[in-house]
Amino acid sequence: MAGEGLTSGDYIKHHLQNMTYGDHPVKGWTFAHTPEEAKEMGFWAFHVDSLGWSFALALIFFFAFRKVAKNATTGVPTGFQNFAEMIIEFINSSVRGSFSGKNDIVAPLALTVFAWVFLMNLMDLVPVDWLPMLAQQIGAAFGADPHHIYFKVVPSTDPNVTFGMALGVFWLMLYYSIKIKGVGGFFGELAFQPFGKAGILVNLVLEGVSLISKPVSLALRLFGNMYAGETIFILIALMYGGSLAVGAFGGLLQLGWAIFHILIITLQAFIFMTLTIVYLDMAHQEH
Amino acid sequence: MNINATLIGQSIAFFLFVWFVMKYVWPPLIVALDERKKTIADGLAAAERGQHEQELAEKAAEKHIREAKGQAAEILSQAQKRAAEIVEEAKGGAREEADGIKKAATAEIDQEVNRAKEHLRQQVASIAIAGAEKVLKREIDEKAHGDIVDDLIAQI
Repeated sequence: MAGEGLTSGDYIKHHLQNMTYGDHPVKGWTFAHTPEEAKEMGFWAFHVDSLGWSFALALIFFFAFRKVAKNATTGVPTGFQNFAEMIIEFINSSVRGSFSGKNDIVAPLALTVFAWVFLMNLMDLVPVDWLPMLAQQIGAAFGADPHHIYFKVVPSTDPNVTFGMALGVFWLMLYYSIKIKGVGGFFGELAFQPFGKAGILVNLVLEGVSLISKPVSLALRLFGNMYAGETIFILIALMYGGSLAVGAFGGLLQLGWAIFHILIITLQAFIFMTLTIVYLDMAHQEH
Repeated sequence: MNINATLIGQSIAFFLFVWFVMKYVWPPLIVALDERKKTIADGLAAAERGQHEQELAEKAAEKHIREAKGQAAEILSQAQKRAAEIVEEAKGGAREEADGIKKAATAEIDQEVNRAKEHLRQQVASIAIAGAEKVLKREIDEKAHGDIVDDLIAQI
């Protein structure tokens, strides 16, 4: 794993590099073979692995729940319906507890955020080498150099993904703020408190920062937690390249960290969902 | 860790999935849940109502039983009273009858005794007359001495 002529640093860097497909200034639209190439692509590049896994997981979630929703009976629920209903009840009670307004989008939004973030985080528990190795094998079968195939399986360790979701929440916040309070009301909220009309500039700066900090903190909290967790998994995986005793100890560590991580991934999904609800609730509140 | 178009892709996917969930997943499930909640609430209410009705029925039954018991006791006491009455009546009747029989018997006995006495008296009288005839060796004219004989008979 850490062997094959790679140094530990290379191994870690390799694991933290996304598979990128983008507009290279020289080569045009192509897969990046090195991190440098990925960097040169600038903004117009896609992290194929992050997007692929995040779509795949969202589709799994969507179709699993869609199946339940289609066959939902009001009788005694069985099997997966039980589980789905448990989650729905949980989300519904969270929304009712934190959201005081009336908006049909909030509960489905909370469900999507919770389930999606949870599933993306759950990929963290898959041993770090399995899927990248598989991707390398597949890539090699198609004639690519396996060392230049990068594959990151945990979408929530990609700031693009977490920021993508946080910005989605942010747009919804702005949309409902303006829809409920009107442009003037929303601007008034930003400009006329906490210091009144005299301190309008200070108010704008303060409220602006607090407004911007919402999606940023939402995205960075999730990204930071998952990235740190993923890095530790990678560091633990490095131990398998050592002696048998070190490897065995690494196995124990991985088990322990994975068990602890079950808590973290659920907690992060829950926090993301709760903050989404709270932010939207704030957007709905008139002063 | 480049910020790139992945951001846009993820944002679009986010809106799409939220929309899908809002349209296809959340409403049927929440409707099913609400309906089940209602069914359960109805069932519980029905159960409570049933229990209440059962309590009422039990009370009614208890009342009926108590009434029936009272009625039975009343009927029983009436019957006992009636039985006692019948027995008393029967006793009275029997006594009266017995008295009647006794009285009749006594009367008959008296009659018989009187008849016997009469008979005896007549016999004694005739014997006495016969005796006197023998003694007087002549016939006493019954017609002439009838009053004497009667007097004798009465004296016997």
